[in-house]
Amino acid sequence: MFDIATQLFESQDIHFGPIDYEKDPEVESKWTHNAEFMRLYDFEPARPMSAAIVKKQYEKLEKKIDEDKNLYHFMIRAKADDRLIGKAVIQRIEWANGNCSVRVGVGSADDRRKGYGTQALKMLLRFAFAELNMFRVSANVAEYSEGAIALLKKLGFTEEVRRRQSLEREGRRWDLLVFGLLKDEWANQAKA
Amino acid sequence: MKDLFRGELVRLTSEEPELRAKHEARWQRDTEFHRLADADPAELNSEKKIRGWGEKFAEDGFKPGRYPFSIRALADDKLIGFMGLWVDLIHSEAWVGIGIGEREYWGKGYGTDAMKLCLQFAFMELGMQRVSLGLHEYNTRALKSYEKAGFKLEGHTRQDVLREGKRTNTLWMGVLRDEWLQLQNGERQ
Repeated sequence: MFDIATQLFESQDIHFGPIDYEKDPEVESKWTHNAEFMRLYDFEPARPMSAAIVKKQYEKLEKKIDEDKNLYHFMIRAKADDRLIGKAVIQRIEWANGNCSVRVGVGSADDRRKGYGTQALKMLLRFAFAELNMFRVSANVAEYSEGAIALLKKLGFTEEVRRRQSLEREGRRWDLLVFGLLKDEWANQAKA
Repeated sequence: MKDLFRGELVRLTSEEPELRAKHEARWQRDTEFHRLADADPAELNSEKKIRGWGEKFAEDGFKPGRYPFSIRALADDKLIGFMGLWVDLIHSEAWVGIGIGEREYWGKGYGTDAMKLCLQFAFMELGMQRVSLGLHEYNTRALKSYEKAGFKLEGHTRQDVLREGKRTNTLWMGVLRDEWLQLQNGERQ
């Protein structure tokens, strides 16, 4: 039987929701003033962004989703009070090859190490494999992102590529790791 | 000083949009070529459309992140392929893509010579710390060529391409500035 009763966007402590143009820009603006978050989440230079800029980014993002059709973007919210916790993204979808790349970010340091990231990535993987019918999911992560690497390994990802000295930060070069998870590996793990 | 755009077998050029479009439209019809060079489904675009890309590039001017070249054989001055660098100026990393569209120039060192010029350009003109590329595992000729130019294999992403009902791997390679400089010293000695 198809498991259509399982809610794709509901987990134990969090759920996925769309962008809230009223409330989210201010919260995300705060995150961007924290360079640590920016450096964990992105390889672009960290830069603080006002709520007005964040709002514009949302508009651009939703336009890009419509035009490119290879991107899914979810806001991670606390189930208890609907508070914005982070973002979960599926990007660079290649429909003909059945592969894509994922990214999860938890904005505030207070919300990390509470299992939100794990729940978000699990939901994102279920969405990628069971809804988008992907065959493979990749994740790119800097070697200094120890939390992200531990999470990917916990969920069964394999380290496949080590792009030596790809990133420049803090006056030195860092490797960039590419992790991969195949549909069978995900399904067997979900059963266990 | 070394000529940045002239190797032993080829030179790097910037061609007029009309000429590029004429060649590329023809190369696109060769699906073996496409499947060696690209992971996306094959497509056929009109000369007009391809010319539009070239004209747009000319209009946009020289964007700092994008360096496209055409490749001409020195012996007969024939336009045989293209190459492009996508440059990340923040992290000083460049990605390179190359295609030799003219089949009679395959397997004879033309691509390798163009790639050597490309690395020289990336390290000596753009000041890159690293150059990266990806290739299909079944493209063994490309693998040998890239190794000759100085690239090292850094891993493979498993089964990420689906072709003819079969899944294949993508190989990922990189060459660091210091490695490349050492190679140059070795060749001079």
